[in-house]
Amino acid sequence: MRRAAAAWCFVAPALLVIAVFFFVPVVAALALSFTDFDIYALADSRNLRVVGLRNYAELLRTPLFWQAFGNTLYFVVVGVPVSIAVSFTAALLLHSRLVRFQAFFRTALFAPVVTTLVAVAVIWRYLFNPHYGWLNYALGRLGVSPIDWLGDPHWAMPAIIVLAVWKNFGYNMIILLAGLQSIPEQLYEAARIDGASVWRQFRHVTLPVLAPILAMVNILTIAGYFQLFAEPYVMTQGGPLQSTVSVLYFMYEEGFKWWNLGSASAVAFVLFLFIFCVTALQLRLARWQSAA
Amino acid sequence: MGREGEVVAELLPEFERRHPDIHVKVQQLPWTAAHEKLLTAFAGDTTPDLCQLGNTWIPELVALNALEPLDRYAAASSIVDPGDYFAGIWDTNRIDGKLYGVPWYVDTRLLFYRRDLLSRAGFSAPPRSWQDWKRMLAAVSNTARRDQHGILLPLNEFEPLLALALQQDEPLLRENGRWGNFGGAGFRRALGLYLEMFQRGWAPPLGTATISNVWNEFGRGRYAFYVSGPWNIGEFQRRLPPDAQDSWMTAPLPGPDGPGASIAGGSSLVVFRASRHQAAAWRLIEFLSQPAVQRRFHALTGDLPPRRTTWTDPELARDIYSRAFRDQLERVKPAPKVPEWERIATEMRLVAERAVHGQLSIDQATQELDARAARILEKRRWLLARRGGG
Repeated sequence: MRRAAAAWCFVAPALLVIAVFFFVPVVAALALSFTDFDIYALADSRNLRVVGLRNYAELLRTPLFWQAFGNTLYFVVVGVPVSIAVSFTAALLLHSRLVRFQAFFRTALFAPVVTTLVAVAVIWRYLFNPHYGWLNYALGRLGVSPIDWLGDPHWAMPAIIVLAVWKNFGYNMIILLAGLQSIPEQLYEAARIDGASVWRQFRHVTLPVLAPILAMVNILTIAGYFQLFAEPYVMTQGGPLQSTVSVLYFMYEEGFKWWNLGSASAVAFVLFLFIFCVTALQLRLARWQSAA
Repeated sequence: MGREGEVVAELLPEFERRHPDIHVKVQQLPWTAAHEKLLTAFAGDTTPDLCQLGNTWIPELVALNALEPLDRYAAASSIVDPGDYFAGIWDTNRIDGKLYGVPWYVDTRLLFYRRDLLSRAGFSAPPRSWQDWKRMLAAVSNTARRDQHGILLPLNEFEPLLALALQQDEPLLRENGRWGNFGGAGFRRALGLYLEMFQRGWAPPLGTATISNVWNEFGRGRYAFYVSGPWNIGEFQRRLPPDAQDSWMTAPLPGPDGPGASIAGGSSLVVFRASRHQAAAWRLIEFLSQPAVQRRFHALTGDLPPRRTTWTDPELARDIYSRAFRDQLERVKPAPKVPEWERIATEMRLVAERAVHGQLSIDQATQELDARAARILEKRRWLLARRGGG
């Protein structure tokens, strides 16, 4: 009994901090999402109406919300596999004994993760420029006619994906690299003695050992990519034709540009529910896979 | 805020010398963060005594009951003379019959145009009416190369369309801001002209982000007209080579028949209700409103002064590029004065962008806009109904 009390004392400060700075705001936001809190309510609390589920119903009827949802889904469905594939390839290359200056490349490839997006965006806007950009220049050499990356509604999201993948792949690369380095050398040795080719070593040693790490990287990346915000915010402000408005960007405009904090909270909870379901599904899938 | 926040610090020593009992502390804000900062300051009860406020934000802060009415100060003042201010600008500071701000500088949109391109197409003077304007656009486009256009109307700005819409006699909102009036004949005419410019290929369907350097492109003759604001006078003077300075000029915005109206924009000085130094804040407003101080302010920022007396300054009168603005300022109209307006204007831009891309017809666009405005104004209707008044 006394031991339990002592344990509670030790975790109490941390729990208190979590309660005050995490649970209270979340519950407050949930409460807010059932009201029409806006600048009028800020002026005078009598202007606040409890609207029940109306924010949610309105939201599901708003075409822009669905468009934002579709844009985000597009970003996740294309961006996550590309991002993980790039991370994985980079990790394999860095792990390979054929590559020299590994420490240098490791740092160089990780650098985009720790640079400020705003500074990076300035450079990328030039790279994407339809007239003077290097990207179109390079494509032009391959005989591809110039693409208006940030101005054409069909190309703006791919441009954002390219930027996001470049910016973020280093993080997963480091995690996967750590996983690769933890694979005991004996396993490869045994496989070689059994006559396994490089491909079969990869298929039957590397992948199975790395599977749990890949599953985790997958879950984190998907949850992170659903929260797409900063890239469209600095690159396109959601344009052209709102083709790069993400769910979070939609929430930001609703809440902090127009101060409809009630409906912005509703957006946040819809997004939360969705990410929660997707993650639960993935966990179940991962468990089912490891059981099989 | 922005550049003005830096410059006002240079004017203040003079004020403090004249009023030794008043000490002014300036807090500078970037424009992008200013709105959020003001609302959080209001929520946290830490509003300043006096502040520069974009005049489209005044209705919002009045709805918050955050601003002090200034009528009694203005009535007793020997310096702030309402009749000397451009009427449209003064009007943006009046809400429900009360005065909440004093104009500090003004901003409006009009035509920047390439004289050489117009004269090559056979015109010696800028357009005065929509008819002239369309004739010139057609002629300029005929002689243009493939990458040249008649006019630049950036799709990421709502101001060009708003200016055309304000030229109409009908208001943009009806029944005291309860509903949108976009289905009315006035807005349809404005939107019709706007869309026609894109449909005929006179205007390229681009935003400023994709053009990357609007000044260079204007200098290269990519377009003959550009609807923009006073800050671009300085930009063009700085960025275009000396021998190109003769080739461009400004002109008042053409209207449906003869010179038309444009937007009454700019910033005002306001006093907060919660301030305990309101009289001192008013002294500072008076100081900054003196024509002599406004002239220095203009010299430092290029911002256009809101008083006619200030414009009689020989230096300003000599500036050929500013002349069109002086003329235009006699014909500026405020945008609808409801807190929701900025959001409605944004929707107006987005719907117009879709119509430009051919996704909506003009009927669909105006219906869509009325529907969006109705949704945005729902709370306002509820508040007005509860208050039970006009």
